[in-house]
Amino acid sequence: MKPAPFRYHRARDTEGAARLLAELGDDAKVIAGGQSLVAMMNFRLARPRHLVDIGGLRALDHLGTDSTGALRIGALTTHHTVETAPARRLGPGFDVLRAAMGWIGHLPIRTRGTVGGSIAHADATAEWCLLAVALDAELHTHGPRGPRRIPAAEFFFGSYTNALDPDELLTEIVFPRPAPHAALTEFAERRGDFAIVSAVVDLDLAGTEVRGGRVALGGVAPVPVRVPEAEQVLATGGSFADCAAAAAAAVNPPDDANGSADYRRRLIGTLVRRACEEARAR
Amino acid sequence: MSTTTGAHTPDGGEGPLVGRSVARREDPRLLTGRGRFVDDIALPGMLHAQFVRSTVANGELTSVDLDAVRKVPGVIAAFTAEDLDLGDITAQLDRPPEEFVPTAMPVLARDRVRYVGEPIAVVVARDAYAAEDGLEAAKIGYAVRPPVTCEADALADGAELVHAQAPRNTLVDVALFATEGIDEIFASADCVVHVETRTGRQNALPLETRGAVAHWDDREEQLVLQTCTQVPHQVRTVASRCLRLDERAVRVIVPDMGGGFGQKCVVGREEIATAAAALRLGRPVKWIEDRKDALTASFLAREQHYDVRAAFDAEGRILGLDADVVCDMGAYSCYPFTAGIEPLMAAAEMPGVYTVPAYRVRGRAVTTNKAPTAPYRGVSRPQYVMVVERLFERAARELGLDPVETRRRNLITDFPYTGVNGITYDPGSYLESLNLCEQTLRDEGWYERQAHATAAGRHLGIGYSCFSERTGYGSTAFAQRKMEVVPGFDISEVRMDTSGAVTVTTGTMSHGQSHETTLAQIVADALGLDLAKVRIHQGDTDRVTYGWGTFASRSVTVGGSAVRLAAGKLGEKLRRLAAARWDIPWEDTTLGRGRVHRHDDPAATLTYTELADTAYLKAHLLPKDMEPGLTATASFDVFNDGTFSNATHGVVVELHEGTGQVEILRYVCVEDCGVAINPRVVEGQCRGGIAQGIAGALFEQVTYDAQGEPSATSFMDYKVPTAQEIPDVTVQHLETPCAFSETGAKGAGEGGTIGAPAAVLNAVNDALRPTGVELDHTPVTPETVHRALRRTLERT
Repeated sequence: MKPAPFRYHRARDTEGAARLLAELGDDAKVIAGGQSLVAMMNFRLARPRHLVDIGGLRALDHLGTDSTGALRIGALTTHHTVETAPARRLGPGFDVLRAAMGWIGHLPIRTRGTVGGSIAHADATAEWCLLAVALDAELHTHGPRGPRRIPAAEFFFGSYTNALDPDELLTEIVFPRPAPHAALTEFAERRGDFAIVSAVVDLDLAGTEVRGGRVALGGVAPVPVRVPEAEQVLATGGSFADCAAAAAAAVNPPDDANGSADYRRRLIGTLVRRACEEARAR
Repeated sequence: MSTTTGAHTPDGGEGPLVGRSVARREDPRLLTGRGRFVDDIALPGMLHAQFVRSTVANGELTSVDLDAVRKVPGVIAAFTAEDLDLGDITAQLDRPPEEFVPTAMPVLARDRVRYVGEPIAVVVARDAYAAEDGLEAAKIGYAVRPPVTCEADALADGAELVHAQAPRNTLVDVALFATEGIDEIFASADCVVHVETRTGRQNALPLETRGAVAHWDDREEQLVLQTCTQVPHQVRTVASRCLRLDERAVRVIVPDMGGGFGQKCVVGREEIATAAAALRLGRPVKWIEDRKDALTASFLAREQHYDVRAAFDAEGRILGLDADVVCDMGAYSCYPFTAGIEPLMAAAEMPGVYTVPAYRVRGRAVTTNKAPTAPYRGVSRPQYVMVVERLFERAARELGLDPVETRRRNLITDFPYTGVNGITYDPGSYLESLNLCEQTLRDEGWYERQAHATAAGRHLGIGYSCFSERTGYGSTAFAQRKMEVVPGFDISEVRMDTSGAVTVTTGTMSHGQSHETTLAQIVADALGLDLAKVRIHQGDTDRVTYGWGTFASRSVTVGGSAVRLAAGKLGEKLRRLAAARWDIPWEDTTLGRGRVHRHDDPAATLTYTELADTAYLKAHLLPKDMEPGLTATASFDVFNDGTFSNATHGVVVELHEGTGQVEILRYVCVEDCGVAINPRVVEGQCRGGIAQGIAGALFEQVTYDAQGEPSATSFMDYKVPTAQEIPDVTVQHLETPCAFSETGAKGAGEGGTIGAPAAVLNAVNDALRPTGVELDHTPVTPETVHRALRRTLERT
């Protein structure tokens, strides 16, 4: 469990990182917190010839709301920073993010792992990927062909693959509007494991009346998915139970050692309903 | 025992240290990172070894080509079996061929591989990174054969044979007991219940993986092998035989250890190969097992299949037990215990705490193309206790009786009791522990809470397990196993220096058991010394005369007795020396507070330093019949069936309908290990053991696919529970002293692991009662529970 040989490069700034990536091409991999990449390298499942360390790019470590009310998270912000952020940096409209952090691995992982790293890694069950899809985040990148703003819905292609070019750097994650009545919940055999199934519900509430909402699931497809059938139930005044049943019926989850398709479908039912209730209570 | 007037204790208290939870003397160094584990050892010029391992489960080796390996930058050498020419590791039982077939485990595979992960070649490099680069360059040719991956494959007609000499892939097949007339008993019984159980293959999973550092010491003309083992002297024996050295030319040293749990009480192939590489190269070589190898290629345990019937009368009294046990022992017999370790334990001990009048058992070990097995904390007892406790629950259900009351009617209460299995059980508190455990849960209101929860549509269950655990196996008890190598005794030496401090050797080997504290407590009491004046030495074959190490909960009963006897002898020498000075009979003296006191004049004392001054520095003043120096040696063995600690575990679980999650709401353990030398250490043993038992009941399993490829290569797949899954455990103590250990102590190392699976499974099944589903296989996963709960939901 020692990695294959590689060369280590430390970027000084975003430009420098971009230059290194352009120069080194496909053989290079960006390392931030290293919480997924290093484990894969130790198993020699990932064998980059070059590592470009962006850990020193202070400009990418920020968290706060801009004048439009959008939340801007620098790619190097750690999960722990979000988890412990004061209200002035992470307002009540984004409590869902703070609360979701407790589901990510364990405390030591959260103190090293970064928001951008998690999204760029694109694990199908990762909390940040699911939150980005559920809450319509926009992913800002920097590369030799200039900056791009990619909607989360178009960012994830499949397990561990996404719209980033090899020489492109994810710099910022923008959640465009508050989601005061949203919740993430998930289930795994052990706390801190990759979820067997995870769910985010973002309700549109008027007082206590549900006018609609968004429902997204992780662990049921190679990428996090929105479930329009379940959202339709919320939009038409259906119950949370009906919404959950619609979500379970709409997807075709995998069948593997972590859970049969049938079990996953039943977990979806449980978790969507639980997320609906938590979202309403928030 | 009456010669001690009390010792001075670190917490300022008076009276004996035994029985007191003094702080662990190991902790300051271990908790501040100043311990020294194998991986902390760095010797000048040291190289690093890793192993080329088989990627196929079964096949002939057609070629082993290491040429490209040797060209990898940083690789110094690479050796095949042929290059090293080492003897095999073969464990023997003294049983006829129809009962036992031995296997010769080569240090490196020669012509055949039998499991994925089997070592084929050792690569030695300047660092562990280069060593791993080297592994990738090895070219191994296989003629692949169909793998035998489960018991059914192994026992099938015309099955592929893992070892040509073992027909039906059976290494052990014993029918230890068959009470006459047992079939008639079952035919006429009011109630016959049946349990079939399969238990998942597990990894004992010490936090510290296996490892070794070997070098040749020219000055001592010795191979020095520093390795984390529970059995230093047995490693020395095997190393000397495989390497063809005199045993004195091998010195095994064990540094601090991060757990073993049985996985390290057998001799591994890698430490021998590491030593051989160091001898070849004339340089120190280190091997540290990485976690992937630890999960897939070390020693596993616990994959067993039970098919057991029990007969009861209408009042719930057990009439007979009829058992068939098959243990999947993987590719080879482990040294020294053999593949008999699990089936022989199960067959010999299954009746346990109950008065079973008739018993029939067949125990088998089958060999398969999976990593070999070693003893794992509890050895078969977590499994057969679970089976027997399930039988009692099922019988109670069928007869409409309370399950706790049904147990009460069957527990052994008259001691000593000689069971149908020929074992004599020394006194214990079987009934008392059950009563106290049940009372605790009743007093806390769990039965009411269960009723309320059931009424509200929730699923709460309460479960118990009663068991005893044979500890303090002496050579008599081990000889009944018919091992060719018979463990049992222990030898201790106590040496006092001129400052009055003592050094004590023990043949036991703490890998987390706190011997430096508990054995020192025993010595300090025996000599009336400060705890700080006592230092325990273990784990060095040159410093310790001989020992059997630490396993089978033997250290405090056997090792602690040897330590106590040796300290007693030294105490007598001190008293004789003082008595000679005073010219009084030595019997008229006592020891205490670092001095010898005379009965007739409490003010007159001689300090140990004064006496040591005479014994060492003024030997001309010694009485003529007394040798210089202050040392004493003693050995201890057990010449009966050993001593049984016992416990009852009580568990409350809630099953969550939406996910199938099993949440443990309450865990109570009432244990009796005789005199607890250090109650806090005993509680630690209970809690750690219970965590491992829960792991087996609910989480951990190593599975293999049809090609014999292990599924769990990391902690993502091997689901060891974390602190978040393990509940707080309340431990209550009862004390039935052992009559023949020198301290009254019984072993306490394994009970937690033994009791937990049965109690957890019974609680889960109690909660499932309305569904009509009973779960008997482990681990019980959330998906299984969810499916079981759905049965009722869909019915109603």
